[in-house]
Amino acid sequence: MGSITLSKVTKSFGEAQVIPPLDLEINDGEFVVFVGPSGCGKSTLLRLIAGLEDVSSGEISIDGVDATSLAPAKRKLAMVFQSYALYPHMSVKKNIAFPLKMAGMDPAEQEKRIANAAKVLNLTDYIDRRPGQLSGGQRQRVAIGRAIVREPEAFLFDEPLSNLDAALRVNMRAEISELHQQLATTMIYVTHDQVEAMTMADKIVVLRAGHIEQVGSPLELYERPRNLFVAGFIGSPKMNLISGAEAAKHDAATIGIRPEHITLSKESGTWAGKVGLAEHLGSDTFSRIHSDELGEITVRTIGDFAIKHGDTVYMTPDMSKLHRFDADGLAIR
Amino acid sequence: MARAVTNQRKTINTILAWAVGLLIFFPILWTILTSFKTEAQAISDPPVFLFFDWTLENYAVVQERSNYMRFLWNSVLIAGGSTLLGVIIAVPAAWSMAFVPSKRTKDILLWMLSTKMLPAVGVLYPIYLIFIKFGILDSRIGLIIVLMLINLPIIIWMLYTYFKEIPGEILEAARMDGATLKEEILYVLTPMAIPGIASTILLNFILAWNEAFWTLNLTAAKAAPLTAFIASYSSPEGLFYAKLSAASTMAIAPILILGWFSQKQLVRGLTFGAVK
Repeated sequence: MGSITLSKVTKSFGEAQVIPPLDLEINDGEFVVFVGPSGCGKSTLLRLIAGLEDVSSGEISIDGVDATSLAPAKRKLAMVFQSYALYPHMSVKKNIAFPLKMAGMDPAEQEKRIANAAKVLNLTDYIDRRPGQLSGGQRQRVAIGRAIVREPEAFLFDEPLSNLDAALRVNMRAEISELHQQLATTMIYVTHDQVEAMTMADKIVVLRAGHIEQVGSPLELYERPRNLFVAGFIGSPKMNLISGAEAAKHDAATIGIRPEHITLSKESGTWAGKVGLAEHLGSDTFSRIHSDELGEITVRTIGDFAIKHGDTVYMTPDMSKLHRFDADGLAIR
Repeated sequence: MARAVTNQRKTINTILAWAVGLLIFFPILWTILTSFKTEAQAISDPPVFLFFDWTLENYAVVQERSNYMRFLWNSVLIAGGSTLLGVIIAVPAAWSMAFVPSKRTKDILLWMLSTKMLPAVGVLYPIYLIFIKFGILDSRIGLIIVLMLINLPIIIWMLYTYFKEIPGEILEAARMDGATLKEEILYVLTPMAIPGIASTILLNFILAWNEAFWTLNLTAAKAAPLTAFIASYSSPEGLFYAKLSAASTMAIAPILILGWFSQKQLVRGLTFGAVK
């Protein structure tokens, strides 16, 4: 079991409070992603759960047991670090064995678990190498291997893919998701990349300045962002946010419409504008269109759409997908 | 961008470097040469450089008069013991300063170093009295403690700099993996810092080996190391330059050989982390 509850948790470094009182419930087996811009406190929150930082006040319980003042190792959590944090002087095998050795596990059982982890993670051929002789992706897998052999209650990932190149990142993303399906263990994953959050999470926690802005499934956040921050943060390319006269027409301070919810036409439509930049990817066309009344609007069209810089085009938003926000930035429902 | 160095400049630089190197090495070279001269040649004016009657007589006399091996053994025990004891104390100290620094860590580091600025003779009297009180005058254990205390600031400083280079995340990983503090230091930190620890040990061994002020003042016969062995040949009355040189050569030879073989380690350790 791996349910984690945070109640009224705060964290201050000296005078600066990085986590104001915060409550969060993580259910057993869930894949939870903490996402937010850098400096939003997501890594600190993870380190508080891990026990690498002490909470300033509040309580953290794991499986219903108060773990607030437990040492990291006693919390039965395993962590995968951004820098992998492998022990450079040990072979892959010894790295993976380290937590088992520390737990004083029977050597035969150790062997079994290491062999199993190596098989799951495709590390069997590298088992006697040192971390320095491995590629980034392999190191990442060793770090995950070191975490899974312990059979923890939950896995904590601190931006584990940010040191990998783009192609490898997509692969590892899939591997971690698959691992979650296999193990069905709670995973908490920290990232600043909203694509990782959207693709991997059961539940996304959007953080800003230590505050939870919204908690929900990826599609909930995409379809019903609670405020302007979440609306702007989730989705790629970003939601178009329009304020002023056009927003007032809809009884809102700001309206938002996602790039994929606008139809382009060369003949007619609701809003007119000039093409600033058109990116033809083949599968999609991303156009940045300048409109005098609305400002810059990004539009995503499926397939190719033959336009170029300077063309006049017309945009028609799908009114059922329009988001409205009040003067405080909160969604109007 | 690589800076272009012409061949001519390279040659000049090489010659210059050798010249400076020889200049620094010359006193040692002269000592070694003198040790093979007769006493008369050793003080001849003008001095003879290479063309003299090479003799091993001085070494024979020195060995006859004093038990070299006993001094050597004392030096090894005192230098080795003080370095080892120092490292055992310094590793946890440097760990705490590098990985769990407090507001005052920087001040403590500076304060420790400031003890090195005090002239040793300033504390000679109190230390001498303490030694008498504890009955450790002219004992190896007494010297081991004093030399350890003298070099401890340097050992901690060196280890602190090396430890700073080790990513904290690796130690945190060890903590997550269930390592106790002792296991974290023993299985993770120390093996990773081996190059740094080795050069710290080496440098402090050399410093302790060459230390003369305390070894001369606090020993008589039993615990006297090689520094006392050399000093015993510098007499104000007679002219025994050749024998003094022979004794000096015998005293510095072990450390010179050690230094020669561990050059690479020493340089690597001293520039550790400078280039990533």
